[in-house]
Amino acid sequence: MITGAEAIVKCLEEEGVSVIFGYPGAAVCPLYDKLSYTDIRHILVRQEQNAGHAASGYARISGRTGVCISTSGPGATNLITAIATAYMDSIPLVAITGQVSLELLGRDVFQEADITGACAPFVKHSYLITNAHDIPRVFKEAFHIASTGRPGPVLIDIPVNIQNNTLDFKYPETVSIRGYNPSVKGHAFQIKKAVAAINHAKKPLICAGGGIFDSGAQQIFRRFAEATNIPVVSTMMGLSVLPANHPLNLGMVGLYGNNPANRAVYECDTLIVIGARLGDRFLGQNGNSQKLTESTTIIHIDVDPAEIGKNVGTNIPIVGDAGTILEQLMENPPHPDTTTWKERLNTLCGLTPTDRDTGDIPNMRKFMHLLSEKTDDRTIVVTDVGLNQIDTAMGYQIKSGRILSSCGMGTMGYALPAACGAKLAAPDTPVLAVIGDGGFQMSMNEIGTAVQNKIPLKLIVDNNHSLGMVRDIQKQNFNGHFVAVDLAPYPDIRYIAMAYGLSFYRLEKMSDANEAISLLLQNPNESFLLEIITDRSEQNT
Amino acid sequence: MKKTISVLVENHAGVLSRIAGLFSRRGFNIDSLAVGVTDDKTVSRMTIVAECDDYLAEQMEKQLNKLIDVIKVRGANSDELISREMMLIKVTATNSLRGEITDIVKIMGAKIVDISKNTLTIEMCDSPDRVDLLEDLMRPYKIKEVVRTGTIAIQKGGESAF
Repeated sequence: MITGAEAIVKCLEEEGVSVIFGYPGAAVCPLYDKLSYTDIRHILVRQEQNAGHAASGYARISGRTGVCISTSGPGATNLITAIATAYMDSIPLVAITGQVSLELLGRDVFQEADITGACAPFVKHSYLITNAHDIPRVFKEAFHIASTGRPGPVLIDIPVNIQNNTLDFKYPETVSIRGYNPSVKGHAFQIKKAVAAINHAKKPLICAGGGIFDSGAQQIFRRFAEATNIPVVSTMMGLSVLPANHPLNLGMVGLYGNNPANRAVYECDTLIVIGARLGDRFLGQNGNSQKLTESTTIIHIDVDPAEIGKNVGTNIPIVGDAGTILEQLMENPPHPDTTTWKERLNTLCGLTPTDRDTGDIPNMRKFMHLLSEKTDDRTIVVTDVGLNQIDTAMGYQIKSGRILSSCGMGTMGYALPAACGAKLAAPDTPVLAVIGDGGFQMSMNEIGTAVQNKIPLKLIVDNNHSLGMVRDIQKQNFNGHFVAVDLAPYPDIRYIAMAYGLSFYRLEKMSDANEAISLLLQNPNESFLLEIITDRSEQNT
Repeated sequence: MKKTISVLVENHAGVLSRIAGLFSRRGFNIDSLAVGVTDDKTVSRMTIVAECDDYLAEQMEKQLNKLIDVIKVRGANSDELISREMMLIKVTATNSLRGEITDIVKIMGAKIVDISKNTLTIEMCDSPDRVDLLEDLMRPYKIKEVVRTGTIAIQKGGESAF
């Protein structure tokens, strides 16, 4: 017989968990005590939300399920934003929350919150454990559900007395959930139809989404695009699925995407959507979904059948795992003649407007472009939300690395904690976090986490002293009536870097960019904070 | 169009709230929802009736299918189904009106299940539109209380795919 807390730790070991992110409290004290006797590395964050974001960054880079822990009540409610963020971007997480003792449940006692109820809209599934004997089965199921099909967060709420109760521990070898059976292989008939449609296409286009990463299908995806010679646009979630300079890559589509990519979506006759849900941001510049449906044959490949036909009507749906379906398509790969179409697209690419000249005032998009010429090919760039996100997505020329961002939820304060998680998943790969001054002030406490746990991060703060993207909306839609977007008094970020013992550089002139970049990158094992003073009236979007 | 969706779910705590929450947050309006255990005690069946178009019905079915506790979802149009609903209705019935009401109850094939000095309680189990009709017919007699179960349904013919 072992205690519930010991059982939880054993489950984590059985699942091969090596790092977890968390913040302790009374309702998880038994678990923390047992955790300390294992080889599992615990990363103490500075606020529970960031435990979730860090686990998300870790999951996206490691390809494993991220795990975070918080206590009951406020600890659990602080996790909600991170859980919702992971849900929107289909990131596999197991979130463990402590709960008040079972016999007190429902009496509104100290630090009690109905977290399974509160998280219902944002989780793939949730459990409230009411018997210690259920712990092994619940953990086995939770990790299975989080990581298979369309990945997502699973919440396990565990009352503190259950952590102290005893049970006979036996970890199940298999999972059997009759209501959960995600498709993997695509239907053979649909595959055949898709191949025929692509063969007939005069102007085929691939739209690559985040599902390709979830499926670990980057290589087969690239082989498919190259073998069929079909141009590729990607959503923000799908950024970095091909190197930026790949001849088939037209770049990012959508509201903040680039013109050639959006034009290509508008003009194509066959759109092969892979692991993307074609949300409102995708449709931003592509007119309404009806127009797209009327003039285009849409082949939609997605592991989640509920995404097919939800936002855009589909002609040929294929439900299953992106990588497996691409393998199936490659058994008899289509060979559309795309010569004329690619010539047409080449003329569009020539029309890309050049960035506005901002003189010697640092221009974030240009800076990110310049930076990408100097970074290691494998570099992982984590962006926050706002102008810094768009400038990174559009400016940074990705090679073999990744760009991570909170794309669906648009959660400010994501970058710094997620970068911590990403760095732990890939200790030998440089990790950059690009953050606006707004998001930085939401998450700068996490510098403490990075320093305490010796996680070297390269932080870039795009400081325009305002909430730039909201400011842009107010400029365009509210006649420049700016409300609540000025972050005065502006904290001197130099002292924040100093407070945590970080090296610091403030870039105020574009002509100093090269010097700033070499300082930023010079010591890979040391964190660095680079502040870039940008002009808030500057607009790229 | 009226759609009836039959959902087989795990029979344990929290399932109803997951399903009710799904409807409210996705903006699906439902007319009725009836729940009961099936021949397998670990499985409950929910019968949901909603006024919706094909797109919305498909979305409902797909979103329901995403819930881990949902084992099976089937949608059908009402003409493919035998649908039944039960109503208990209490109306004001003094001596002078009792005869009239009893006549209607007899014609409708309903049943009087309780009586007091000033009221009658009627039980009716029939197709939802016939239950509606009885409710309408009782309206002039001052309805004190109506309790309806919501519709349950089963597929016509020998198949039981629904």
